[in-house]
Amino acid sequence: MSIFKNITTAAALMGMAVAGPALAQTFAITGGKVITNTAQGQIENGTVIMRDGKIVAVGTNIAIPDDSTRIDARGKWVTPGLFTPLAQVGLVEVGAESSTNDSSAGDSEFSVALDGVDGFNPKAEAVAITKIEGMTRMAVATGPGANIFSGTGFITDTSGRFNSITKGKAFVTVQMGERGARIAGGSRPAAWAYLRNALAEARTVRPGRAREGSLLNEADALALKPVTEGRMPLLVYANRASDLVNLVGLQKTQPRLDLVAVGAAEGWMVADMLAAAGIPVIVQPQDNLPGSFETLGATMYNAARLNKAGVTVAIAQIGESFNARLGAQQAGDAVANGMPWAAAFAAITSAPAEIFGLDDRLGTLANGMKADVVVWDGDPLELMSSPDYVFIDGKKQSLTSRQTKLRDRYIDLSHAKEKPFAYR
Amino acid sequence: MHHGWVVLACAQESGTSKDKPGIREANVISKLALVGALTMVCGTATAQMVEIDKNPFPSTYQAIPSGPVLIRGAHVFDGMGADIPNADVLLENGKITAVGENLSAPDGASIIDGTGKWVTPGIIDVHSHLGVYASPGVRAQSDGNEVTNPVTAEVSSEHGVWPHDPGFNRARAGGVTAMLILPGSANLFGGRGTVLKNVPSRTVQGMKFPGAPYALKMACGENPKRVYGQKGGPGSRMGNFSRYRKAWISAKAYQKSWDDYRTDYVKWEEKKSNAKDKKDKDKKPPKAPKRNLQMETLAGVLDGEIIVNMHCYRADEMAQVIDMSKEFGYHVGAFHHAVEAYKVADLLRENDTCAAMWADWGGFKMEAYDSVRENIPMVHNAGACAIVHSDSQVGIQRLNQEAAKALADGNKAGLNISQGVAWTWLSSNPAKLLGIGDKTGALKPGLNADVVVWSGNPFSVYARAETVFVDGAVTYDRNDKAHQAVSDFELGQPGEGDDK
Repeated sequence: MSIFKNITTAAALMGMAVAGPALAQTFAITGGKVITNTAQGQIENGTVIMRDGKIVAVGTNIAIPDDSTRIDARGKWVTPGLFTPLAQVGLVEVGAESSTNDSSAGDSEFSVALDGVDGFNPKAEAVAITKIEGMTRMAVATGPGANIFSGTGFITDTSGRFNSITKGKAFVTVQMGERGARIAGGSRPAAWAYLRNALAEARTVRPGRAREGSLLNEADALALKPVTEGRMPLLVYANRASDLVNLVGLQKTQPRLDLVAVGAAEGWMVADMLAAAGIPVIVQPQDNLPGSFETLGATMYNAARLNKAGVTVAIAQIGESFNARLGAQQAGDAVANGMPWAAAFAAITSAPAEIFGLDDRLGTLANGMKADVVVWDGDPLELMSSPDYVFIDGKKQSLTSRQTKLRDRYIDLSHAKEKPFAYR
Repeated sequence: MHHGWVVLACAQESGTSKDKPGIREANVISKLALVGALTMVCGTATAQMVEIDKNPFPSTYQAIPSGPVLIRGAHVFDGMGADIPNADVLLENGKITAVGENLSAPDGASIIDGTGKWVTPGIIDVHSHLGVYASPGVRAQSDGNEVTNPVTAEVSSEHGVWPHDPGFNRARAGGVTAMLILPGSANLFGGRGTVLKNVPSRTVQGMKFPGAPYALKMACGENPKRVYGQKGGPGSRMGNFSRYRKAWISAKAYQKSWDDYRTDYVKWEEKKSNAKDKKDKDKKPPKAPKRNLQMETLAGVLDGEIIVNMHCYRADEMAQVIDMSKEFGYHVGAFHHAVEAYKVADLLRENDTCAAMWADWGGFKMEAYDSVRENIPMVHNAGACAIVHSDSQVGIQRLNQEAAKALADGNKAGLNISQGVAWTWLSSNPAKLLGIGDKTGALKPGLNADVVVWSGNPFSVYARAETVFVDGAVTYDRNDKAHQAVSDFELGQPGEGDDK
């Protein structure tokens, strides 16, 4: 018994040592097709070198440092880690079990002040299953509760470490359109009035001096204040073209706001206006049905048309927990429907980094960037490709999950009568 | 009403109504045979044995007229497991007539150059709510769950389908040529499911797959107890099972009452024809049992005429249901969703029960928590019947992509399944489950020409269905707006007729 205990302790200590930041380890990935997402473009037979959590070299004819661990990527693709621009991964364990679901709080007094970080569990099953599909970073946000605002979102890596938050208080989300109308009291005008008023209240709020009759409480108003100053993006759920036109109007009247449209199913109908206003979009390319009266114009060509018009396009399985990992398939479907491959791949890597102001660290393979690198057994947008290696901050990640363990337990049923599966 | 079909039988014998709707239907025809065996005199007002019309909403489907089509030099997955890198496929008179090399084109045939393209049987989705949960998903169009009682075997999905659901058109653009429209899973017995051909029509009858049997939708686990837990039950899995069993006990009694009636009737007729005295001759015929719609459906299952399709996630529950089916003498065609099918795939194989699955959905409720990405290939690998299903108006548009993900994950985990074999999950296995395997689901001479030409390998994300045939007629052509149906709902709306 004591032997086991000692082994466990030793393992735990080793684990702690490995988990420490900036450990001096060097990896050299050689021979792969390297997608840089930079002016370097796509490099055949390229080399990527990572040291101490950063990328230190990308290109061909690069000397391999003696101390590096080499990874042979011949026949494989080497890319930046995927970055999903809007998910609920780590806030939800089992969707329908409210005790395990921290994605919304309809009965809370607070809205914008709800900080998603407080609910994030890096050990949630969804974190590991997202990571092993090549997603290394995520923008995570709660859903709406007491009012049209959904709280403050954050950016995290998918390593499963407890200190995995890349950027706390990174953005705020708000619901407009049909859902916003319902929450705000029953109509779109009610939602827009609430939003404009909230922005006005937040702009002038001062700690300890809440104005009488304010609709936002002080904590919510203070949490929203950075949005009014353009220091934090405001992600606005809106699908109907007319709602997006209203959003463009808001951007014109309040130019400091850093607005991002989420959903934007009819975005293609007003793509030029969105481009001119500099409003990026987070879209879900598979949305091509009139699922509601605000998505009558939905088409799988939306992403391609928005991109062509010059809009910054990010792609996601929007707001998902378990299946945020399907963002790459969504991007592939965008390519099947007219989007250039490079733009679709950027939409799940560099575009999200840009939207959240992290493009100096994430989304590309270039010197000095965080070493989020994935080695794939094929084209990362292809259905039949998957990662062989995932690195986050230069650290090689385990590719096991609760799902892979269940799989391995039951993949051979031929010995079912020999001993119970629980011993396997 | 009860005698309606007997009249049809007489008309059929007199040869006057061959084109009457419903005459084609297999179950009516088998019924005709049954009646023919009984002594009866058409056109005279003698007593008749009461029989129930089992097909009161008959298919009026008519194939769109078409000429012969020869697809040359394509890569073919035949839906029976073969992967043929270079083959021709010939469609004539709505049927597949040949698959092979160097086929000659009949007079007037349209020729499709299959170079660089893939040809497969049309995809069949065994779990769709198109029409009953139509787009737009407004409350007025929510017709998929009769949430008034946990046992509603008496309802039928065909009465909830809105044929103008734009989802049918989108699914067709994804290569779907037929689907089973099921009621939802709120109820233990949700009602009948109906097999439709994916063709535009003003009426549901115009889409009904001729000769396809009905399905019975049942549901395990969390949904019924969640919906009815505060409404009189069931409130637990124990309650679920007690109510299934009570219903099956009633169905057995109902089935017997009709069997007894038929036996008694024949005996009465024999007695009557052999009768010597007036008293026996005037004896009234036995009285038919009272109709019960709910029991009719369940008795149809017990008689093997209606196929059970049961929503069931957990492995242990599937094992319980299989035992229950043996207790009452019926067969479970498939478990749907079957997120844990991989744990009991051997049991499914032994009981000849399919699992209809997603590639990677899970986690949204406790009974979906143990999802694995290799469920479909693991079920297949254990020798059981694996099917890729959608349960989604979005997923139904790319079931080939779902199969691709599952196949790749299975093979990376060490299974060794070919692409040609994986296509059986999309066409022939679904067709067999639905009882239409003798009509569609494979590229086999004699079967309906339900065929898709893909722009590339359909296991690639970049491939799109280019041309879709149902019974030999083009129902979708990606490059020709004239062959892209626009639903009534989308006329005059933003995006009408757009590339979708």
